[in-house]
Amino acid sequence: MSGTSMTAPYLDPKHVREGLSRRKLLDQVFVIVGLIVMLACLAILAVLFIDLVIDGSERFSWDFFTNFASRRAERAGILAAWVGTSLIMIVTALCAVPVGVAAAIYLEEYAPKNWFTAIIEINVTNLAGVPSIVYGLLALGLFVYQFNLGQSIAAAGLTLALLILPIVIVATREAIRAVPNAIREAAYGLGATRWEVTKDHVLPYSTGGILTGMILGLSRAIGETAPIITIGALSFIAFLPESPFKSEFPFISFGWLDDPFTAMPIQMFNWVSRPDPAFQANAAAAGAILLGMTLLMNGVAIWIRYRFRKKINW
Amino acid sequence: MRAREARPRAAPRYVSEPKKPSLLSDTDFTPVLSRSALRYRKMRDRVIELLLLAAGLIAVFTTLAIVAILLIESSAFFKHVSIVEFLTDTMWTPLFADAHYGILPLVAGTLTTTVVALLVAVPIGTLIAIYLSEFAPTKVRETVKPILELLGAVPTVVYGYFALTMVTPALQRLIPDLPGFNMLSAGLVIGLMIVPYVSSLSEDAMRSVPRYMREGSYAMGATRLQTALHVVVPGAFSGLAAAFILGISRAVGETMVVAIAAGMQPNFTFDPREPAATITAYIVQVSLGDLPHGSIGYQSIFAAGLVLMLMTLVFNVIGYSLTRRFREAY
Repeated sequence: MSGTSMTAPYLDPKHVREGLSRRKLLDQVFVIVGLIVMLACLAILAVLFIDLVIDGSERFSWDFFTNFASRRAERAGILAAWVGTSLIMIVTALCAVPVGVAAAIYLEEYAPKNWFTAIIEINVTNLAGVPSIVYGLLALGLFVYQFNLGQSIAAAGLTLALLILPIVIVATREAIRAVPNAIREAAYGLGATRWEVTKDHVLPYSTGGILTGMILGLSRAIGETAPIITIGALSFIAFLPESPFKSEFPFISFGWLDDPFTAMPIQMFNWVSRPDPAFQANAAAAGAILLGMTLLMNGVAIWIRYRFRKKINW
Repeated sequence: MRAREARPRAAPRYVSEPKKPSLLSDTDFTPVLSRSALRYRKMRDRVIELLLLAAGLIAVFTTLAIVAILLIESSAFFKHVSIVEFLTDTMWTPLFADAHYGILPLVAGTLTTTVVALLVAVPIGTLIAIYLSEFAPTKVRETVKPILELLGAVPTVVYGYFALTMVTPALQRLIPDLPGFNMLSAGLVIGLMIVPYVSSLSEDAMRSVPRYMREGSYAMGATRLQTALHVVVPGAFSGLAAAFILGISRAVGETMVVAIAAGMQPNFTFDPREPAATITAYIVQVSLGDLPHGSIGYQSIFAAGLVLMLMTLVFNVIGYSLTRRFREAY
């Protein structure tokens, strides 16, 4: 700002006052501009979301959840999609959460400070920045063809697990780092081993943060479309995967892991790509449900973080 | 050990009466944990540490696997296609009878949508960040920050729907001969999509500028705006650069919005009003079809993926060096 004439030989009070009021005016103008831009941005997004829900609302009905995809827009539903998404999320959670939490525990509690640990840390950071479709290519080459999993629920779940691994690791590390060292030292002082300290003290205290990271990771996975298109999700499926529950012993079956699948975002993408406006309404309805699911998961994550923070008194 | 075996098994150990209150010898006092139990605990700790290390190594293996898969499949592609043709041909038609393998149209599409997105996201994102960090009352900031983070979680396929069915028709009213698929609409929506990221991260960076620097500036008679522009923004520059780089990476790698709204026809143009395919859109287009494993079309998506990875790598290296150069130590 040129108003402050620091180099002037002497300061004319009138000049200073003018400069001051101009600078104050600019300050006020910026407050208003900033507020307007922010509100405009949020308003545009809000309008888009509301429009999505309104466009989709005509298709919300019980049938929409219990029908398979169909060539006729008004009879098409998302049964195969939401079942597929649920099963994929189970695989993703079961793979990503133990591995991610274990990796985070290693990095925070066990890892010595050396170049080897630095390599692992740099890798985790970099993986978070890899475009999601590249994970799709990795999965296509590795899971689908090298491991021969084919275009199955197992391949999709593993792909998304790799994708959210950095999110889970970073969130868990933050949660573990928030546990005060005094707790660890007290446990070591009583003769506990490192694992006992971790299992009995560090992990219980960081459960809230770990759960938050897990849910945030899954909410990212649930909306990911590109990687599972790449491994070859089908968009038109009129059957369900094999049921995980059986009526006779051993009551649980894993046949569904091998089954072809579709998922919510894939189904939505398929409907969006059709020119027929009737299918656009289906896409809007699927999108609204998807949006509701991610927002709900994020809301739960925020709530858990808040609750656990309140419960702990150091 | 002998002392323990002599006792009846049923009696819980800790009830057994110590003969003398001496802790020094384990012949007259049974320790709760015997030596073998201690050894077992140490062994268990060692095994667990190795398991945890293995989990950490999965991150390293993932990176290696990405690089390996992209290089192996691309090298098969480059056995058919010369690198010169790949880098100089201006047509990309690997699936046609008259096959051309020039990556330039896809790169042009990717760069165009990215530039449009950044023209939206960088100014707006920075403005919102400055407002939130330096001007907004605490209550506003505490409300808006979680909303911004929530917006980051919206699935990108939903944004693709917005671009195709809402933004494009609105733009067509402004630009009458705008085609139904165009890069402008896709780029604008990507920009809107990454505004929350950029502003949230930039705000974090600005908030980490220490308070005394602001107070020094205020004490010299600067207004909040002057302080923000001349003290806080330069002080947070490395963080801001990191936020912009993350935004660029997101825009370059964004797939669904462009696949839905920009059309999937490779088109060598930098005009955002035209339809064009990006690298990511091409990969989606091929994946939607049913290409046999090992065919040239199958290999071409890995070559495209390699170019995408190299592009994000270049941006990240630039970002890293910027961050290093402008890092302020307090």
